[in-house]
Amino acid sequence: MAETAVKKKEPVIAFGKKERKLISDPLNDNNPLTVQVLGICSALAVTSLILPSLVMSIAVVFVCMFASFFTSLLRKKIPNSVRMIVQLVIIAGLVTVVEFSLRYLNYPVYKQLSVYIGLIITNCIVMGRLEAFAMANNPWRSLLDGLGNGLGYGAILLIVAFIRELFGKGTLFAGTGIEMKIIGASPDYWINTLTSNWFGWYANNNLMVLPAAAMFIIGILIWIQRSWNQKLVDIS
Amino acid sequence: MHSTGYTLRFIIILTAVVALVLTALREFTKEQSDKNEAVFNKKEILKAIASKLGPDGGPAVVKDFDDQTVEQIFDSKIKQLVIKNNGDVVEKDAIMAAGYKGGQATDVDMAKEKKKSEDDRMFPLFIYGEGKDAIYIMNVRGSGLWDEIWGNIAVKSDLSTIVGVSFDHKGETPGLGAEIKDNPAFPRSFTNKRLFNDAGEFTSVIVRKGGARDKNHEVDGISGATVTADGVTEMIARCINYYQPYFEKQKASSLQGYLINN
Repeated sequence: MAETAVKKKEPVIAFGKKERKLISDPLNDNNPLTVQVLGICSALAVTSLILPSLVMSIAVVFVCMFASFFTSLLRKKIPNSVRMIVQLVIIAGLVTVVEFSLRYLNYPVYKQLSVYIGLIITNCIVMGRLEAFAMANNPWRSLLDGLGNGLGYGAILLIVAFIRELFGKGTLFAGTGIEMKIIGASPDYWINTLTSNWFGWYANNNLMVLPAAAMFIIGILIWIQRSWNQKLVDIS
Repeated sequence: MHSTGYTLRFIIILTAVVALVLTALREFTKEQSDKNEAVFNKKEILKAIASKLGPDGGPAVVKDFDDQTVEQIFDSKIKQLVIKNNGDVVEKDAIMAAGYKGGQATDVDMAKEKKKSEDDRMFPLFIYGEGKDAIYIMNVRGSGLWDEIWGNIAVKSDLSTIVGVSFDHKGETPGLGAEIKDNPAFPRSFTNKRLFNDAGEFTSVIVRKGGARDKNHEVDGISGATVTADGVTEMIARCINYYQPYFEKQKASSLQGYLINN
C-alpha cells in the first residue's frame, strides 16, 4: 500500500513537532466537540455536575487512547469489510475494562456512573478517531492522537460542567471530598442569599440543571472560540 | 481485499482474545467487587438509621464507615428477617433454595424479587435494637422516570414514625430525579413524618409537588423531578403494606402472650 512507503522514513517513537501537534490540535483548532461537533450527546447528558464529567473524561481519554493504539496495531490485518465491527469490539472491550476496574477500585463511583460508562461505546469521537486516524497511522501516533482528542473532549466537558454546576446548584465538585458550596439559600454556603446584602436577588437557575443548558453553553463556547481563533472562520 | 475465510478467522480470533481477557479480568476482580457491592448495599441500609449510629446514639456519617465497622454493626446489632406478604417468616433453607447463597436478608436481591408475583416475593426486614427502642428497616422498590428506584425506610417501634430513609436509583437524571439520593435534604425531610394518622389509618408519606401541605404526612417535592417524586410516593405507599401482615401477626401473638401471663 502507498502509506507504508511514507512511514518507513520516520522513527517509530518520537516526540517531535508533529507529535506535539497531535495533542495540541484537538484542544483548540480541531476540537472534537466545538469544531467537529461530535460527542454532543454525552456532553449534554453528563455535564450537570463536575464529578461525573471528570470521571467520564478520564474514561474517554483511556478508551480513546488505547482503542486507537490497538486498532493501529491491527490496522494492516483488519479485513476492510468488517473494520467497523472490529473497532467496536475493541472499544466495547476497553469500556468493559473501565467498568470492571471502577467496580474493583471504587464501588460508589461505579454505582454513580454506571449508566454513563456504557455510553462511551456510542461516543462518535472514539470511533471517528479510529476511522480517520488510527487506521492509517502508526501505533505511537495513534495513541497520542487518542490522548489529544480525549483531552479536547474532556476540557470542554469540564468547562460546561463548571458553569452548569455553579449556576444550577450553587456548588462546585459536589459529591467529592473537596465539595465547595458557593451560593445558596442556607448558612452552609459561602454566599448566603438569605442574609447577603448584595445577592439577595439571586436564585439557582433550574435551566442549568437540564441538558438543554449544555446545548446553549456549548453554542456560546463555539461562538467565543470562533471569534478568537480566526482560522476556524475561514474553514466555514 | 481479504478472503471470506480470512475475515471469519480474524473475527473469531479477535472475539476470543477480547472475551478471554475480559473473563480473566472479571475473575481476578470478582471477589473484591462482590464484597464492595455487599458493603455498599449494607451502607444503604445503615444510612436510614444514620441518626442513631454515632457514639452514644447520636448521628453518624455512614459514608465514612470502613468495611469492618459496617460488618460489625450488622453482625452484632441488627437482626435480619425475611418475610412474605402474608406475614410468614421465611426460613434460611427456603431463602437459600430461592438462589441466595448466604440465606440472609442482605442476600435477597430485590430487583429479582420484584419480577415475581406479589405473593411469592420475599421482603427483607432489619431490626436494629430491641423492645421499645427497636427500629424496623423496610425495603421499598418502585419506578422512577428512567428506571428503578429503591430505598430503605426506618421506623420506630410504633411502626409509624420515620427515623430516617435512604434512597437510591439506577438511572435518574443527575440534578433532577437523582436528587432523591444526591441531595441529603430530601431524605432528611422524611424524618419524623408518620405513615399512619392518629386514628391508626395508613396515610403513607406523600412527596407533594409545590410543597408539603400536611406536616405529618407530606414532604416537599423536587422541582423538575415530578415523575421520580411520584415514584417515591407510590413505592412507599405500596411496599410498606407488604410488611403490615407480619407486624399484625407479631402484635396478635404478643397480645396473646400478655393475656396468658396475666
